[in-house]
Amino acid sequence: MDLKPTPAQTVGPFFGFALPFDGGEKLVSRSHPSAVRLHGTVYDGHGAAVPDALLEIWQADEHGRVPREEGSLHRDGYTFTGWGRTPVDSTGHYSFTTVEPGTTRAGTAPYFLLTVFARGLMDRLYTRVYLPDSPHTLEADPFLASVPERRRPTLISQRDDQGNLRFDVHLQGEHETVFLSYPNTPQVTGPVDD
Amino acid sequence: MGEIDTNPDAAAASQEEISAEISALHQEYEQARAQGAPEETSARLNFPPYRSSLLRHPTKSLHHADPEDIELHSPAFGHRDVSPLEADLTIQHGGEPIGERIVVAGRLLDAAWRPVPHQLVEVWQANAAGRYIHKRDQHPAPIDPNFTGVGRILTNAAGEYSFTTIKPAPYPWKNHHNAWRSAHIHFSLFGTDFTQRIVTQMYFPGDPLFELDPIYQSITDTAARKRLIADYDHTLSQHEWNTGYRWDIVLGGSNRTWTEQEEQ
Repeated sequence: MDLKPTPAQTVGPFFGFALPFDGGEKLVSRSHPSAVRLHGTVYDGHGAAVPDALLEIWQADEHGRVPREEGSLHRDGYTFTGWGRTPVDSTGHYSFTTVEPGTTRAGTAPYFLLTVFARGLMDRLYTRVYLPDSPHTLEADPFLASVPERRRPTLISQRDDQGNLRFDVHLQGEHETVFLSYPNTPQVTGPVDD
Repeated sequence: MGEIDTNPDAAAASQEEISAEISALHQEYEQARAQGAPEETSARLNFPPYRSSLLRHPTKSLHHADPEDIELHSPAFGHRDVSPLEADLTIQHGGEPIGERIVVAGRLLDAAWRPVPHQLVEVWQANAAGRYIHKRDQHPAPIDPNFTGVGRILTNAAGEYSFTTIKPAPYPWKNHHNAWRSAHIHFSLFGTDFTQRIVTQMYFPGDPLFELDPIYQSITDTAARKRLIADYDHTLSQHEWNTGYRWDIVLGGSNRTWTEQEEQ
């Protein structure tokens, strides 16, 4: 018989002295030839910035390989571990320095897996941050095709003038980000508001 | 819900009002269960008695995704990442922290009883006076100069973890007037698949604040709630040194190698 899963509880407001670590947001050095900034702001249901969220990204490398290397918590400056963590700042803004992931499977579009924790959020939320530059790849992606067209843009980052990737997270509201559920992963939304 | 104050520091409602809201939601769940509704094995994202959840839970259903390669793996952590000394929260400063020294130990498993070996466990907590080393916590309880309250552990080959710390105290918060959190230790956990990632809190048996705590009570299912409470375990206690608590943690099922028995 299967074991019942341990329930989640919020990360709370007091994770700042415990979970963030030096270099957590820097998966590669800024001087890496393929370095890109992935950044944005986390918003609540009233459109106010959330100043006490914690974000993690987990991604393939540029060639679509899933990293298996240790050392994320004490980066050596050379090894790409694929995982990063950062708290948002007092304006709800986050920023990672990384490389763009390659696709791991033919016929799918590459993405960063983004995980959101916050005070007030009882369980982590997953979303995917897709790269914006190849409309054909995005159109052909089976997962994106399963998302209603109206909400699909919430999963696609935007390229700014400096080449950075911008991705805002809306926990709730008109522009609510599409958050994901997976088989075997318990998550209880409770009654839907509307 | 209409008129609920969404300011997290408003402390507007009384404990009686919050308790009545909790009770109503639990009764609603029990009634739905009696009529065949599915068991809720985790906390509700939308749980209004926890006021901070009001504007921060998704209102649309989570969208089903089949895990792709990145979701079927987790980052790797090793001794490069975590020193064995980080498993003792009582030796991080020049002196002994004040409080009841405890060992907390258990296993990290997936739903199919498979241990999760060599994986990162992060813990953090308040001190024996209920105070966090965090600038947002300014309530008048003493900081302990010998206690930070942060630890890291790698599970061993059998998926076991163990750490030494001080038993944390309950602390006040501003969800409602005269609100107190049950004493707890925060845990952050990874599985073999990133979709098993979980952050949660471990509680201590017999805490009189359980009934009053909307974070704990956001798990509507009584049996599920109890899974967050450690057992006192005398085999972990040591003569004239520490008492012990055992808490096993079960992650959601892995999708990577999952083949038979779907969850019931």
